[in-house]
Amino acid sequence: MDERDFWLADAPVDLALLRRRVEHERAGAFASFEGWVRNHNEGRPVLGLRYESYVALAQAEGAKVVAEARERFALCAAVCVHRIGDLAIGDMAVWVGVSAPHRGAAFDACRYIIDEIKDRVPIWKHERYADGDAGWLHPEPVRGDRA
Amino acid sequence: MTEVRLLYFASLRDAAGQGEEAWSTDAPDLRALYAELQARHGFPLSVEQLRVAVDGTFARWSDAVRSGSEIAFIPPVSGG
Repeated sequence: MDERDFWLADAPVDLALLRRRVEHERAGAFASFEGWVRNHNEGRPVLGLRYESYVALAQAEGAKVVAEARERFALCAAVCVHRIGDLAIGDMAVWVGVSAPHRGAAFDACRYIIDEIKDRVPIWKHERYADGDAGWLHPEPVRGDRA
Repeated sequence: MTEVRLLYFASLRDAAGQGEEAWSTDAPDLRALYAELQARHGFPLSVEQLRVAVDGTFARWSDAVRSGSEIAFIPPVSGG
């Protein structure tokens, strides 16, 4: 298990260990988010996918996102891990866990982290479709003001 | 000429047929460098759709091309 607040994992992660990372005596609330690989995207049946990353930049940007969450919300702990490599339907692609004295901060920080990860961290999804086609997803950026 | 190392990811890597390459350029800034590479590799993404990073840090398209740097073009991300 990694000691950082954000990291990329090339193998399945142990959920019990992840959860233990955010346990804290001051915490009265814990919120987590799991992103799973689903069997369809925009109406097309999906067989599986692969995540690729620019590891050095993704590590730095992901850590920045978690640090921002800790600054914005009253948290005890926050951890995020994102899978890279080949994943199957039902696999967990991303896990976010935060603990806080109160539930509001826990929910808000959890949402903040996953939204920013999806928006900023250089990770790309390559989907394989049931019809034999495959391709990279390059969604239009939600925000257009980035350098 | 300025010597740089280029990193390509996702659909840009597929279009380039390689994940990285050494490159010599006269491009004054990163925007002009991308235009040069787009012409060479037929990249499907416009500069407006991309972000650019130099030596592991996000950069601006107007930044000068520095010799010996590692330049990565970042397609719209799709993690999460």
